[in-house]
Formats: sequence, C-alpha cells, structure tokens
Amino acid sequence: MNKVTSNLVSLRDWVDARFPLMKLWNEHLAEYYAPKNFNFWYFFGSLALVVLLIQIVTGIWLTMNYKPSAEEAFASVEYIMRDVEWGWWIRYMHSTGASAFFIVIYLHMFRALLYGSFKKPRELLWITGMLIYLTLMGEAFFGYLLPWGQMSYWGAQVIISLFGAIPIVGDELALWIRGDYVVSDVTLNRFFAFHVIAMPLVLLALVVMHIMALHEVGSNNPDGVDIKKKKDDNGVPLDGIPFHPYYTVKDIVGVTVFLILFSIVVFYAPEMGGYFLEHANFIPADPLKTPEHIAPVWYFTPFYAILRAVPSQVGGVFAMGLATMMFFFLPWLDRSPVKSIRYRGWKYRTALAAFTISFLALGWLGLQVATPLYTWMSRFFAIVYFAFFLLMPFYTSTDNDKPVPERVT
Amino acid sequence: MSMKKLFLLLSLIWPVIGLAAGGDSLAYDIEVDSTDVHSLQRGARIFVNYCMGCHSASYMRYNRMGKDLGISEDVLRENFMFGVTKSGSTMDIAMKSGDAEKFFGVAPPDLSVIARSRGEDWLYSYFMTFYRDPDRPFGVNNLTFKDVAMPHVLWELQGIQGPVTKIVMQKDGTETEVIERLELVTPGKLKPKQYEATVYDLVNFLDYLAEPAKFKRYKLGIWVIVYLLCFLVLAWMLKKEYWKDVH
Repeated sequence: MNKVTSNLVSLRDWVDARFPLMKLWNEHLAEYYAPKNFNFWYFFGSLALVVLLIQIVTGIWLTMNYKPSAEEAFASVEYIMRDVEWGWWIRYMHSTGASAFFIVIYLHMFRALLYGSFKKPRELLWITGMLIYLTLMGEAFFGYLLPWGQMSYWGAQVIISLFGAIPIVGDELALWIRGDYVVSDVTLNRFFAFHVIAMPLVLLALVVMHIMALHEVGSNNPDGVDIKKKKDDNGVPLDGIPFHPYYTVKDIVGVTVFLILFSIVVFYAPEMGGYFLEHANFIPADPLKTPEHIAPVWYFTPFYAILRAVPSQVGGVFAMGLATMMFFFLPWLDRSPVKSIRYRGWKYRTALAAFTISFLALGWLGLQVATPLYTWMSRFFAIVYFAFFLLMPFYTSTDNDKPVPERVT
Repeated sequence: MSMKKLFLLLSLIWPVIGLAAGGDSLAYDIEVDSTDVHSLQRGARIFVNYCMGCHSASYMRYNRMGKDLGISEDVLRENFMFGVTKSGSTMDIAMKSGDAEKFFGVAPPDLSVIARSRGEDWLYSYFMTFYRDPDRPFGVNNLTFKDVAMPHVLWELQGIQGPVTKIVMQKDGTETEVIERLELVTPGKLKPKQYEATVYDLVNFLDYLAEPAKFKRYKLGIWVIVYLLCFLVLAWMLKKEYWKDVH
C-alpha cells in the first residue's frame, strides 16, 4: 500500500470511529443484497432520484433570478430565458424535469402493479411511495403557478376553487389557500414558499423513509420470490447480489439512456407540442380574461377527467380525491397469494390491462374540451378505474394463479 | 390546435353572426427557418419599421438581436434603433399603454413571445387575411382574428383585399353569406409573391424573437447527445465487465 492510500484509509478509520460511515455504506450499498433478476422496470427508482436531483439543482439556480411577484414573475422568467447565462438551459431542464418526474414515477408505480411490490411485507414502502407521489403533485401544482402565464393563473384559480365545493367550510378554505378573493400576488408568494421550501423538505424526508423501508424489507423482483428464504452459509441470499457495484454500474447505463432522451426533449422539443410548456402560458396572467379552454398539465389529466365525469361538482371533487387515494389501499385489497404477474391468473392480468387502458384514456380525455361523447367515455373509464380497486378482493382471491418457483428465474 | 381545426371551429361559430369563413383555403401552414439569417434581418427591419410603432418587445435587447443576426453596432444604431441611444436597451416603445387603449380600444400586446402563444402558422395566416370591411373602425377586418382592433399596417405593401362571398344553405334551411376567399382589390407596392415573402420574413423574425436561445439550443444539443452516446458505450462495457460473474 502506498502512502496516499494508507493515509486515506486512516482518514476513513478516523471518521468511522466517530460516524457510522462504513456501516451506512455497507448497509445501503456494498452489502445490500438485491435480487439478481431485475429487469427494465427496475430502472425507475434510481431514475426518480436522478430527476429529483436535477429538479433541486436547477431549481436552486432558477431561484437566483426568479422574482415571485405578480408584477415581475413573467418578465423574470423571460429574463432567465434571454439574459441569464445558460438560463434557458436551466429552465428547460426544470420544466422538462417536471414532466419527466411524473413519467418516471408513473412507470415506477406501474412496476409495483406488475410485480406486486406493494404486497406484504412492503406495505409501508408502498405507502411512503404514495405519499411521495401526492407530495409531488402538490409540488408540481405550486410550481406551475410561478411562471405567471395565463394557464398558470387560471389553472390555479380552477383547482383552488375546487376546494370551494367542499360543503360548509369550502369557501373559507379556498379563501384561506389563496390568501385573497382571487389568485393574486399573495397567492404567488405563498406558492413560491411552498414550492421551494415546504414541499421539497417533505419530499426529501419521505424519500429517505422510502429508501429506509426498502432496505429494511429488501427489494421485490420480477418473479415476486422472497430471496431471503434461501441463503448461503454466510447469510447472503443465494439469488442476491450486492447493490454496489452490480446495480450501481447497471443504473449508470439506465441513467445515461434517460439523459439522452431527456436531452432530446430539452434541446429539440422543450414545449413538447404544448404538453410540457403550454402555448397559453406564454401570455402573461390576466385576471380579467379567462382562456377559452383551461386544462391542467398532462400528468393531472386522468384525475381531472374523473372530476368532470361526475355531474355534481361536490361529487366530482370527492371522486377525484378518492381516485388518488385508492392506491393506498392496494396492499389490503389484493388477496392473491402470488405477487408477480408472471404467476397470476387471467383475472388480474385482464383487470390490470383494463386499468392501464382506462388511466391512459382518462389522461387523454382530460386534455380535451368536454363534449357529451367525451363525458360519457370519461364516465365509462372512471368506472373501470374504480372497479379495478373495488373488485380487487373478489377477482384476486378467486384467480387461477400458477405455482411460484422456489428461486428466481 | 392546427389551423384547419381552428377554421373548422370558426366556421361553426360564424354562421350565427351571418358571415362564415370559407375553410381550409384560408389557412396557411409554414415552416420557419431560424438559420436563415438574411430572412431574419429583413424580418427585423419590417418589425422595427411597421410593428414597433405600437408594439413593444420588452424582453428583447437591441444588441442581443444585433449579435444573433449579424448586424453591426453601427447598422443597428442607424437602421434599427429609433430614439434609443444605448444598444443594451430593451425594445420598448414610447407609446403609453393607457394612450394606446384610448386609440385602439385595447392596448397592443407586447410581442416578445407572441410566436410562442400564437404559433407561426397563425401569425402567417393573420398577416395574409386582412380584408376590407367598412363596418370596422379602420375599414378592415381579419379572417384569422375576427374583429381585431389593429389596422392593416402592411396595407401599403399588400394592397387591399376584398371578400368574395357565396351563399351557403345551412342544415336548418337558412341561407348565410360565407367568405369563400379573399381577392386583391387595390394592388400594393409589392406583388403578391413578394408580399408573401415579406410576411414569411416577419414571422420568421417573430419566431426568433420569441426564443433567441433557439440558435444555441439546436447547435449545442447534438454535441450533448453525442457525448452521452459515447459515455453510454463505456457505461455499457463497464456493466458487462462487472456482470460477467453473475449467473
């Protein structure tokens, strides 16, 4: 061992005597045994972390030039786009990152539906994940007001007024959220506070809890087999491999592919045809002029379609809230002894396919101007959406599940 | 929304008022080219000469435009900046929005990012579809932007178009007069082809104005992606090497 290395080792030992450095390293990376059969769907956890990092770093730099006031917000965004060195790049990474975050999270959640990752003993892992998802929706909603364009303004106006539909306390609640009778400078200022401090703090805390819960119970895998049941003499799962270096090097490949796709959007299609950055948001907010067609950003539209599908407004708000909450109950709604779709029967497979189609269809419908036909389609798909959850105890307990192998395949 | 859809939508609404747009023949579909510097320079000249009488571009700086479009500081001062001394100034106008509102009934919007909210097809169609309408305050109306408060500022270039109408039988049996197409009534300084080219240059410039960073974005992006592809090869080889011993 040369001198530099031995110095570094003694530095590490010095730290280790005072801080659990090697203990953390081993528990979470070098001696965290993950199943060796992870497939494509297992990239999205680490990708979510990467997007979170992109959002935090670009967000900090945007904050350096953004002005959270009704007078200056729109102009300060254009200032970032034109006069700040690399400002356009930072801004496009942040705006693209918002949509990328939801794409990654939706695929990450879909993975759980495919392989039963929410099932015992991973209930708390699933619940912390769902809390992350809800917090992310809040974070995105608060952030969307900040550019202070027409769609920012009226989107916020519509969403906040939904709280007004809640019986008795509704109006007071909406007023309390806005801090004014309409969305105004006051609203913008507090949304800024929520977007840059409150929500990110909650998000980070939840992410830490999510990872701790994961490393406590261990990762699920595409076979849904518990790898801890078969261990070698040293107590290492036979089908497990240390997360580091195996999955760190594999995830670097995944992250690079993601960054390539991400860069294609950032550099060549940052507006994404009006889905990531909406055309109406390049008109400064005008409290006196309501846009003809107000639709939320694409990642909220499945729930927006459900809201519009219900004839009464209170009912719609309730249905929309319920639609986001249904996921929480999955670990208890699913009565199948089998985790992975590979060994599930036709009933769950059909139900999941129907649910996936409904979710995508609702997302598309939520972007359209409501016509009678579209409203009826939304109703149909909303029923399928809820049926997936509510009928789950019945179709999963009677499914023709296949035998699950002892070891991963 | 594509122009076709917009016109379909408009033609659904207009019969109520008694006059309907003719449909597809009036919608234009163009492709802007942010690499055509000469077109952008010509567009910039039209913009400062015709548009900036009433419209500002407050988020844009003269010297940034000069740098991007290859216009020297001297030429910029002589031909583009009127009543402004500092080339780092933003492209504001002297008209107060309160006054403008009195003149036109509505304040002319700032045009910095107009191409991002309207789109290039809409803008091009807008400049092509002014027509004579004695009922309007300035004697012109517009098929793309009905009852627009703006006069046809480019009329001396294009000339004046008049509507050619036809009678259309509605489903409910009522007859309505519909504008089938527009026809040049009084020729302008430019031939129709020249006017089209002028409008193209202007729209091309408006598109640049809406996002000056587009230049850099297009040029840089490819290198970022090439770098990442090279990195991907290395990352893939590293993964292969490590995973050799996983069975």
